[in-house]
Amino acid sequence: MNEVSFVRTEMLEQEAPPASTVGVIGWLRANLFSNALNSVLTIIALFSVFSLLYGFLPWAYSPTWAAASLSECRDILHSLGREGHFSGACWGVVRDRWVQLLFGFYPSEHYWRPVLAFFLTFAALAPVLFAEKTPAKMIWVSVLYPFVMPWLLWGGTVWTPVVALLGFVVGIYVYRTVTAAMGSLFGLIAAVVAAAIWWLFIASSVSSGLAGILELAMEPVSSRQFGGLMLSLTIGIVAIGFSLPLGIVLALGRQSDLLIVKALCVGFIEFIRGVPLITLLFVASTLLNIFMPPGTNFDIIMRVIIMATLFSSAYMAEVIRGGLAALPKGQYEGGDSLGLNYWQAQRLIIMPQALKISIPGIVSNFIGLFKDTTLVSVIGLLDPLGLSTAIRANAEWNGVVWELYGFIALLFFVFCFSMARYSMYLERKLQTGHK
Amino acid sequence: MTTLTEPPKETFRLSMLIYDTRYRSLTIQVVALIGFLVLIGWLINNTMTNLETLGKEPNFRFLWEPAGYDINQRLLDYTSQSPHIRAAVIGVLNTLVIAVMGCITATIIGVIVGVLRLSKNWIVSRLMAVYVETFRNVPVLLWIVFTMAILIETLPAPRAFRGDNATASMLLDNSVAITNRGVYIPEPLFSRGLGDIPVFWGTFEISLDLMAVIAVLIAGFYASKRIRMRADSIQEATGERPTVWYQRIAAVVVPLGVLLYALGFYLGYPELKGFNFTGGTYLRNSLIALWLALSLYTAAFIAEIVRAGILAVSHGQTEAAAALGIRPNRIMRLVVLPQAMRVIIPPLISNYLNLTKNSSLAIAVGYMDITGTLMGITLNQTGRELETVLLGMLIYLTISLSISTVMNWYNNRLKLVER
Amino acid sequence: MKKSVFLGALTVAGIAAGGASAGTLDDVVARGTLNCGVTTGLVGFAAPDANGVWDGFDVGICRAVAAAVLGDSQAVEFIPTTGKTRFTALASGEIDMLARNTTWTFSRDVDLKFEFVGVNYYDGQGFMVPAELGVTSAKDLDGATVCIQTGTTTELNLADFFRANGISYEPVPIETNAEAQQQYLAGACDVYTTDASGLAATRATFEDPGAHVVLPEIISKEPLGPLVRHGDNEWGDVVRWTLNALISAEELGVTSANIGEMSMEAGNNPEINRLLGTEGNLGEMLGLSADWAKNAIAAGGNYGELFEGNIGENTPVGLSRGLNAQWTDGGLLYTPPFR
Repeated sequence: MNEVSFVRTEMLEQEAPPASTVGVIGWLRANLFSNALNSVLTIIALFSVFSLLYGFLPWAYSPTWAAASLSECRDILHSLGREGHFSGACWGVVRDRWVQLLFGFYPSEHYWRPVLAFFLTFAALAPVLFAEKTPAKMIWVSVLYPFVMPWLLWGGTVWTPVVALLGFVVGIYVYRTVTAAMGSLFGLIAAVVAAAIWWLFIASSVSSGLAGILELAMEPVSSRQFGGLMLSLTIGIVAIGFSLPLGIVLALGRQSDLLIVKALCVGFIEFIRGVPLITLLFVASTLLNIFMPPGTNFDIIMRVIIMATLFSSAYMAEVIRGGLAALPKGQYEGGDSLGLNYWQAQRLIIMPQALKISIPGIVSNFIGLFKDTTLVSVIGLLDPLGLSTAIRANAEWNGVVWELYGFIALLFFVFCFSMARYSMYLERKLQTGHK
Repeated sequence: MTTLTEPPKETFRLSMLIYDTRYRSLTIQVVALIGFLVLIGWLINNTMTNLETLGKEPNFRFLWEPAGYDINQRLLDYTSQSPHIRAAVIGVLNTLVIAVMGCITATIIGVIVGVLRLSKNWIVSRLMAVYVETFRNVPVLLWIVFTMAILIETLPAPRAFRGDNATASMLLDNSVAITNRGVYIPEPLFSRGLGDIPVFWGTFEISLDLMAVIAVLIAGFYASKRIRMRADSIQEATGERPTVWYQRIAAVVVPLGVLLYALGFYLGYPELKGFNFTGGTYLRNSLIALWLALSLYTAAFIAEIVRAGILAVSHGQTEAAAALGIRPNRIMRLVVLPQAMRVIIPPLISNYLNLTKNSSLAIAVGYMDITGTLMGITLNQTGRELETVLLGMLIYLTISLSISTVMNWYNNRLKLVER
Repeated sequence: MKKSVFLGALTVAGIAAGGASAGTLDDVVARGTLNCGVTTGLVGFAAPDANGVWDGFDVGICRAVAAAVLGDSQAVEFIPTTGKTRFTALASGEIDMLARNTTWTFSRDVDLKFEFVGVNYYDGQGFMVPAELGVTSAKDLDGATVCIQTGTTTELNLADFFRANGISYEPVPIETNAEAQQQYLAGACDVYTTDASGLAATRATFEDPGAHVVLPEIISKEPLGPLVRHGDNEWGDVVRWTLNALISAEELGVTSANIGEMSMEAGNNPEINRLLGTEGNLGEMLGLSADWAKNAIAAGGNYGELFEGNIGENTPVGLSRGLNAQWTDGGLLYTPPFR
């Protein structure tokens, strides 16, 4: 039987996809040369990457790590037959000065102190950063950190931070007693007054008295010896730390119904956000001492930290205001319906949620402030950028440019980039939790 | 039946200031105000005492004394004999110049990069990501000094243009010179110019030629718009659109050409004379470095904003547009970007403000903005820290507030009108 | 007083206000360190090395004062100041003295209320140009681009000079010497102008110093010296006479090498004896120990040694003594007698 069938009875073998859509070529076609415009863009991009690397790599590959001065670098390159201005990098300056760029003039036998303080920062932030993976007890590290960190960095007797901490204990104690007797508002006022009296008038004599009995001191390091990246980090961390409570107060003030309080907060925030940080640093370097009572003398780093705190508290207030605004109105109403008063509602319901939403904003605020600390070089402080000027004023390294700037840029990049990545991760995590 | 009894009339007691919520807010506000005033008074009192011990009496008379220093980039007449206040005004103008130029280029670069970052082209989107991350994560001050160093070190010095075996040459038919001192471009000149008129009692002069050109341009654009509107109405009425593009171009170009001819317009080319190029418009490398660095730095932030804005537009919009048969780049231009703008504008404002404030880092490259003149050399020479820094802050505050007012107005206009 | 600097500073006013009325000398002694303002970095005058130890000619003056007052030349806190912050730092009491190549001018002395205690370097503003330009006089510089360091008297002198000669120029203001040098070397400016000492110091570090010439015109007088606040004459005297002791020591042949021997017992020269405290009670009059000048000189050597060690002809800076030679050698250094 001669059957002619026009219908296939068996399946054809599956064909391999056309060579132009799979593998390297397919990927290239889909991703790089999908149309004329894309092809042009690809070629331009490849060309610019290539020309950048072509200029950069031969310069960067330069066996000058061991050189002790710029002229030695030139000699090394000369002996290799490489001549001219861009013949090679002089990495000797990085080898010679990287410790200084990290720690400034901090006494070398005490380097462990800033390093420890730096790692403690992570421990202190752990309850916030890795909330679900940290034991609840870790919160104590966070509570004590603000007192331990200055002690580690600045040294002196251990009694100073202890006595400063006692100020809070005094405040809480007074709050409890007075509240029981006269109500919470009086309690709050009395607590603040008592703590202020403790810090301003009693604390220093108590701590020196205790130090007289039992010294327990680390060698004090004056803040003038701070420098390099450590100075940037110190200013950044301390200022952000102090600006958080200030920012919360300002944000609440800005949201509040009290007209005058609101006006004051808005005025402060808009003023700070309206002027460049550099002018505030000028205030720190030239005017702050004039504003203080005669005879007061903060050292310059203290003054810079004060101005940086004020500066970032205004931005912090805006971030937290965003967090407050993002909370559904039901949360506020829920608080009211439970009969909580304003502060209870803030403490138990509003702030925990608002702060959680604001964490990415706070991190990017910190990144911004950390980058802005380079401005202190303009008023003569020796942050990495300021140190680069001082290093170039040394006869050995006079004339070095790119290697120093490149190293400093890398330092900042590593810090800021990792923080930014972390903040993005956190944002994603929080988003899923929230929606 | 219940009777409504009047609540008992309370007499005001002092303790109600604290316990009665009606009065408590008042109490808190008064206390806050008093606290604030006391703080201000305390600061002023301290300042006065300190200044007295230093023997300095705060006043602004020094502003009218001769400044004694020269400024390279000046948009108004200025000599070293001009008063400090004029130096400050020159500085303010320079700040505004860099702020405006920076905002424009940062927006352009930012939008392009933001769109390209979403490109399907793998290498382009990666390259843009690298650009954004490098610029965002390194301090702007470092970028400024870096850009300056690159300009200085890689571009040819004017002396490279000289002699028979010059190593560098001018571009575009000898009209543009790019040197490590800056860029020289041809400048517009008028052989039959109208001259200048002094305004504000001769404190500065306005070029009548420029005014005439601007007036003609505005008139031209207005006429062009009228032509378009007329074409629109014809299209509405008849369904056919008359070809008007040549009329619209002519409405702008012809009057301008006539005016320029009447004024005797010609280009002044830069020429190497003595130490420097002379003639032409000179963009100093301090301006270029600052401009480039601020634009590129801010553009990295703007790119992220644009990207977020575009991603915020619902995918359905793109698909609907595609279903209507609109081509991809028109979808971007006509459908996605206009909607994304609503998300983009508010953070864009704060980036413009940041750029303006960051322009105060001009001192790092010697660009004479307000920080360089009033809060720089004037402060150094007169030793009047209080007056100069406060005045400088006030100026920045004014600039910032004006920018945010204008941008907020624009933002409100753009907002989706919800009914 | 061992208090943490950080929290100590937070316990503001009350405590700090007490100490301010006392003289600077008492403050320095009580503190145990001298706060000395220097530049943020200038080759030969002040720069920190890799270990953070400051060194230089101005630094030497600070160390001498610390040695005279505290007996320890290392008991100095160096506070880097910029042209903008230096006077405020001094006026506010943040630093006890400023040794930052600062020009002694009328207005700084009278209007800004500072006391210049003397001159440690006689300088003048000069111009440096590349030799290939063929310029021989500053008056040929019409239309040139001039790099200036801001925050100094330099820009005023420059404006005056060019105005007086009726020629034009293009100023490029620059914050630090390092950047000015970079711009000048790359040809971004034709001329670099600053104090002649700074020019020499900068030129010395070039790859090819011979390709650059310093023009003969010196357009200003720049007597550079350490300064203190007005109104504290005791402290002013201490700094003034420490500087004078260094200068006198060179004149009298007292060096850091022979000072140990010379100060052991009174020698033949009564002025050396008075200077080194083996005779008379000059130290007591200043409120210091008898061997104050000995300590000051032993710290870094006499004026000549400081000069030769930091900026002299055998250093990279390579300055000759010129005006800064002793009056006996035809220079301007002439101290009042120690008696």
